[in-house]
Order: sequence, then structure tokens, then C-alpha cells
Amino acid sequence: MSASAPELTVDSLRAILIEVAGQDESFDADTDIATLTFDELGYDSLALMELSATIEQRFGVAIDEEELSKLSTPEALVLFVNGMLAEVS
Amino acid sequence: MKRAVVTGIGVVAPNGLTTEDFWAATLKGRSGIREVEFGDTRYSARFGGRITDFDDKRHIPSRLLPQTDRMTRLALYAAESAFRDAELDPEAVAGYGSGVTLSNAAGGFALSHRELKKLWGEGPKSVSAYLSFAWFYACNSGQISIRHGLRGPSAALVAEQAGGLDAIGYSRRSVRRGTRMVLTGGVESALDPWGWISHISSGRVARPAAADRAFLPFGTDAAGYVPGEGGAVMVLEDRDEADARRAPRRYGEIAGYAATFDPAPGTGRPPGLRRAAENALADAGLAPADIDVVFADGAGSPDLDRAEAEAISAVFGPRAVPVSVPKALVGRLYAGGAPLDVATALLSIRDDVIPPVPAAVEPDPEYGIDLVVGEPRHVPVRRALVLARGRGGFNSAVVVTAAA
Repeated sequence: MSASAPELTVDSLRAILIEVAGQDESFDADTDIATLTFDELGYDSLALMELSATIEQRFGVAIDEEELSKLSTPEALVLFVNGMLAEVS
Repeated sequence: MKRAVVTGIGVVAPNGLTTEDFWAATLKGRSGIREVEFGDTRYSARFGGRITDFDDKRHIPSRLLPQTDRMTRLALYAAESAFRDAELDPEAVAGYGSGVTLSNAAGGFALSHRELKKLWGEGPKSVSAYLSFAWFYACNSGQISIRHGLRGPSAALVAEQAGGLDAIGYSRRSVRRGTRMVLTGGVESALDPWGWISHISSGRVARPAAADRAFLPFGTDAAGYVPGEGGAVMVLEDRDEADARRAPRRYGEIAGYAATFDPAPGTGRPPGLRRAAENALADAGLAPADIDVVFADGAGSPDLDRAEAEAISAVFGPRAVPVSVPKALVGRLYAGGAPLDVATALLSIRDDVIPPVPAAVEPDPEYGIDLVVGEPRHVPVRRALVLARGRGGFNSAVVVTAAA
């Protein structure tokens, strides 16, 4: 396998979320965020727009708004993005 | 009629990040005017009232950092300080009993500048979704409303440098109409390169050789003003409600307010500042002789200083009332300037002392006003008049009095 795009992980998603939208007291470094909803994690629709724009820039995967609204947890979003990455590679 | 009293003050100023630090600096003549640097780029004006000790990560929750311009961060900080000072938990005010009305004149320049640079450099998809609101005039009111759960009457008022007093007048009206508490005032910041050239475009920004000669309102050497950042936010409460919750402080009452608009140029009619002052006094039920100090707009340009001195003399008589311009130490803060003056007036009332303009100001004797220069003047202060003018013809005046 050569020069394929890196996969998105829950940890890298966490880092991007904090970078583009900050973090409130809903979770901390020890929280397993994979199956919590973005709502439970304190993120609103604008934060998710920031997230999807950043993922598009860094991974080349565009997530349309309708799709985004269905991806309610980090795990679901990571699976979707990696599925798209596998499709194009 | 319900009375509106100030029960908490939050100051964020180039010469002090707390009310007491700012007040001490103001009395001692400690200036927040310093060189404003932007890398290698040289601008015709280089002095500004800049806040250098604000720690974004410490003062602002992480979740709010990516979505706020500097002006909003300073406003959020001032709002939190005001509530703490008032010992009021705004979440405890039920339903629609609390509101927020702040003034803003510039919007969020630094964040807009950064994101628009991305628009031209990297394309529309790289622009932050938060730009959609973070540059708004209303953003400070909105973010504070969300953070503190202020669901009652709220607004953002825009009238250049006069708007800060309009916000306070508007908030008083909300209290009179039954809102228990309104957060009021204004905070501004536009000292990034884009904001800076916008300031310079007014044609009135001073270009002095040294910081301590930069802003000399009513002085013989006055040659323009210095733009600054910051402002003040105050908790304005219905006096009965403040009494009922045993509020620890009552800095004073917003006793009078008026606003006027200048006639169109060329009509030959006089500017509206005098009428604003007279109407605010009438609104407070006071005569000129009742006023112990005037906090002047202090434009720092000879034509505007002369016009203001004439208005003050017309209302009070020549040299009949002490006049001060504490903003000589911080610059003109746009929507934040007049609220900071109101906060200063309330502290003058609390401590019976009038802060001076710096000794570098040599009062122009032709103006015929009693400018307090160099040293604070310790006299009883019960009632103060605050004046503000905004570019484009706005005039506003507020009378504050010791809380009875």
C-alpha cells in the first residue's frame, strides 16, 4: 500500500474537534467519546460544520449537511469518513 | 417610577483589567497608550490604547475561543466580572427577568480579517462557519446572553462613540418597564491591521512622536485621538429588586439620559451636544448647578474640543464645573469609551475624587473650561454628567447620581 491517505481515528477526531470548536466540561481527557453523541459532548451544528470543513480539507472527504446530521457520534463519523477513503483508494 | 441602579461593574481597559486596577491607574495617571506594532508594516499612526495582559485561555472557556473575536472575549470577561462584583447569579433570575444591551461600533475585525484572508488565499471552504456571526455588532450581546442565560429584553445599539450611552439609556428603559436586571455598556476592539487602517481613515488619529503626547484633549497641542480597545459592562438593576436581594453594592443611579442628532452640515444650526446635555439634566430633574463633574467626550481635535467646550460653557457657564477626560489615558474606545466613563463617574461618586487628565495636557485657556489636570481633585461628588459624541452626528448624555 503506497501513499494512501491516513485513516481518521476517534483520537484524531477528538483533537480536531477541540482545535476547531473548543471543549466544555461535557468530557475530559479520560472520557471514551466514541459512542457519545456530539450533542452530549457539547457540540452544536456550527461546531459540526467546522469539523466537517476541516475533515474535507485534511482528508479530502466531503460530508454533505444531510449526511452530517445523521452521523451523531464520533464513531459513526469516523466509520463514514474511513468508508469514503476506502472507496476512493 | 422604577429606578435603575448600578450594582456591579466589570472593566477591561488598557490600563487595568479589573475595576480597582483601572481606577488606581486612572487616579495615578498611569497610561495604557503604547506603540501598536504589526510586524514589518509601518503605518502613519502608531500609538494605541492596547490591552497587553489579557490571557485568552485563562479568561475565556475553551468552547468559546474558536468562535469569538477579541472584542467578544473582552466583553465576556467584563460581563463575568460585573456579575461577580454584583454578587448576582444571573441564572437565578427567573424567566425573562434579565437582559443584555450593549453597544458596539466596529464589529469583530481581527477574526473577520483572518477569515477573509483565508477566503482569498485558500478558498471559501476554509472560512470558519463562526464568521457567520462572530463579526456582528450584536455578537457581544448574543454571546453574553447565551452564556449567562439572559433571556429578557436584549439589544445591540450602534451609534459610533455615542452608542455606549444609548445602550445604558435603553437598558434603563427596560428596567423601568419591568425587567429586573439588564447587563449594559459596551466593549470594543479593532486593533488588528485591518481595524487599524479603518481607524486611521477617520483622518483624526494622532501621529505624535511619543506615547505621552499622543492624546491631549482640550490641550493647546491637541492633534487628534488615539484608538483604543476595551470598555465597561455594568449590572443595572431595579432598585427595589436590588434591595430585596440585599445587593452588596449600589454604585449609583442612572438618573438621566438623552440623545440628539446634529443638523446636516451647511444648515448653520448648532451641533446637538448642548441639547443632549440639557435634556439629560431635565430628564434627571436636575439643574446645571447640581452637577459636580462633567466627563467630557474629549475628541482631542481642536475643532471638536472647541465645540464641546462651548456646549459645556453654554450649559454651566464659563469655568463653572470641573471637567475631566480620563480616556486620555486609554484612548477612544469607540462603543466602550462612554460606558468606561460612566463606570469612572460612579467610582468618582464612591470615592469623592475627580480623576485628572495627564499633566502633558496644557489646557487651552480659550476654551473657558475648568479642566482637572495632573492631580486628582478631592471634592464631594454626588452627581456627574457624561458626554459622548459619535462620528456621523450622534450626541448622547447620561446623568449618574449617588444611589439615594
